[in-house]
Amino acid sequence: MRYDCYFKNPERASELLEKIGVYASQAGRVRLMEICGTHTMAIARSGLRTVLPPEVRLISGPGCPVCVTPAGAIDMILELSERPGVLIASYGDLLRVPGSKRGDSLLSRRAGGAMVESVYSPMDAVRIAASRPELEVVFLGAGFETTAPGTAACILEAAEQKLENFSVLCLLKRTEPALRSLIEAPDFAVDGFLCPGHVAAVIGSDAFSFLPGDYGLPGVVSGFDPADLLGSVLELTRMIAEKRPGLKNEYIRLVQPAGNPLALSLMDEVFQTAPSDWRGLGQIRDSGYALREKYRPWDAWAKFGLRPALSGDIPGCRCAEVIRGTASPVSCPLFGRICTPEDPAGPCMVSGEGACAAAYQYGNSISQEEV
Amino acid sequence: MEGRITLDYGSGGSKTSELISSILLPAFDNPALAQLGDGAVLSGAGQLVFSTDSFVVSPWRFPGGDIGKLSVCGTVNDLCMAGGRPQYLSLSFILEEGFLFSDLEQIVESIAREAREAGVSIVTGDTKVVESGKGDGIYINTAGIGFRRAAFPGQSGIRPGDAVLISGSAGCHGAAVMMARAGLLREESPLKSDCRSLHRISGALLDCAPDGSVRILRDPTRGGIATTLNEFTEGMPFSIELEQDAIPVDPAVEAACDMLGLDPLYCACEGRMLVVCDPGCADMFLEAMRSVPGAGQAARIGTVTESLPGRVLLKTPIGGKRILTKLSGMQLPRIC
Amino acid sequence: MCLAMPMKINRIEGKTADCEAGGLVQAIRIDFIQDARPGDYVMVHAGFAIQKMSEKEALENLELLEEIRNAV
Repeated sequence: MRYDCYFKNPERASELLEKIGVYASQAGRVRLMEICGTHTMAIARSGLRTVLPPEVRLISGPGCPVCVTPAGAIDMILELSERPGVLIASYGDLLRVPGSKRGDSLLSRRAGGAMVESVYSPMDAVRIAASRPELEVVFLGAGFETTAPGTAACILEAAEQKLENFSVLCLLKRTEPALRSLIEAPDFAVDGFLCPGHVAAVIGSDAFSFLPGDYGLPGVVSGFDPADLLGSVLELTRMIAEKRPGLKNEYIRLVQPAGNPLALSLMDEVFQTAPSDWRGLGQIRDSGYALREKYRPWDAWAKFGLRPALSGDIPGCRCAEVIRGTASPVSCPLFGRICTPEDPAGPCMVSGEGACAAAYQYGNSISQEEV
Repeated sequence: MEGRITLDYGSGGSKTSELISSILLPAFDNPALAQLGDGAVLSGAGQLVFSTDSFVVSPWRFPGGDIGKLSVCGTVNDLCMAGGRPQYLSLSFILEEGFLFSDLEQIVESIAREAREAGVSIVTGDTKVVESGKGDGIYINTAGIGFRRAAFPGQSGIRPGDAVLISGSAGCHGAAVMMARAGLLREESPLKSDCRSLHRISGALLDCAPDGSVRILRDPTRGGIATTLNEFTEGMPFSIELEQDAIPVDPAVEAACDMLGLDPLYCACEGRMLVVCDPGCADMFLEAMRSVPGAGQAARIGTVTESLPGRVLLKTPIGGKRILTKLSGMQLPRIC
Repeated sequence: MCLAMPMKINRIEGKTADCEAGGLVQAIRIDFIQDARPGDYVMVHAGFAIQKMSEKEALENLELLEEIRNAV
């Protein structure tokens, strides 16, 4: 788009930073949580932490769907990948995630002979199923509300084509219940939220008005370019300094107050809300999506009689706290020592979006040493 | 080492380094190998530069080239980076039963074309065929010999203040291959591999380079610019600071990376050269490189500093800094 | 898990559109885009357009950032 470059290379970034500094010193302390993994990555890539005033801390929340998938669910998927005739189709993100055993992932299972394909779109998985009728293709449907409508569309497509060898292991999660659970936890310590712009494109900016409404916390629905991040941090810092929490939409070139009604109706056609297990947060009511009864033939949970294994996390791993924002990646005893992107112990190091991977790859340690 | 070989060990990043240092180096320890350059400099009759490389790219035909062209460029470039003038190549095929003759002929033709372009003769070779299902159509190995025309001090000759140059835009080959592999590239796409022989560009540079002004040359193949620069700084008392705005990235590469969740600085180049040199020669070198067709985008992208020894830093457009580490494992397309 | 990029619609055929960014053309599903037309910009995530965007809105967004910067 013609104006894209202005968001990517903001002019007068220094003026925005100065203003952030003024409001931050008024506020004294500003702890902002981003709850979208893509924000975590965008923040790390822009080097934002290294230019913000010391009063402003950015904390990564439970925004990486790979990270919040519990080890037990991964173990279950790994076991499924060994069943004869089963091909697992997944976004690249999930392939490296270890289950409860270190180094045991879909990638290592593939090296051992399991059929695992990485796909770019859920439709690719449908295509694989249509062209390989001799295989049972299981698509790992991880993601938040941004990914849910596409997942719904691929289930409708499979239903239309009457594909009997295709199913979706629905791991989709909803942001609001997780946020509420996080805020209501006793160790919650965040002053404002950078709300996920692409989730909001689907569910609408109004979906985050519960933040100021129910909890008196400010929120800004933000885009992902450096200009968006700076503008949103300034808005949040100002609302905190002025003690006037509200919900603002900074990403108006994409996000409508009511979101995308067509996408929402498609999701409603295929999914119903269901309880879901989150690493670090436990089971939360209504925090996931499950396929409606009507689409049961394409529901991998039902088709294969799956249940998550009862397996715990890796000893010493603080991913659960990192996901809640109560521990920083560098505070984990495993970080950078025995847990690295090549040999990840916990999920936050695995996913490119994970707080630990971002901290490791983009060297957040520079700023954290300073802060 | 425990466990099995995963694809990560072939990515050229830190897993590959681990494999080399823990299994290969201890077994074959010798001075020519220990330099760990792209090519080895051999003492003996005159000075020879020797290198070998295997090519397993899938799909074998990709936009901007094929495995045949790549197998010549790869070894020619390794010889050039070691200061050699490439002369002779060996060529070995491992073919899978069922591979089409017409495809093989196309590949051989592109090998011949690129060898002519690079001025090398293919003087020896070998062919093996493996059973159907035991290969990916075709694998190629080439080894090359060149005569040494210049000597570089290497990593240990790099000094604070030195300039870091690149001969063209970042990440084209890696982005094009990943997109082709994901089935996302159309025929008429502007995204093409940068695969080319570097003998003209390195030649133009060496023609005008005063003795000692070039510290090191390296083609940033697997793991991209970020990984190669880390190989320069690793364990050394200096850092390299890059200016994000100064690094040329084609719009198509940027779009492909946005699409697949990749970083152009970690995508392989197969026809680019990184130069660390005396800052006083930087402008002259840039001019020399730009005079070669296809290297018009050559640019100074950074400087050697002492700010964070051992590390590669990137200055972002908003004035922030981030550390670039080596590529860890292979790049996988992501949606998050 | 929400990487997305803006692309321009070139051609529409049923639920699929040829979308372009940086000269790269992709077949993108537009199942839930209302009244999609060639020339429209859409935000694309995992092969699906999730919402329309317009140049007018992008300009308004720049103005909004200007307001944020200048607000006292």
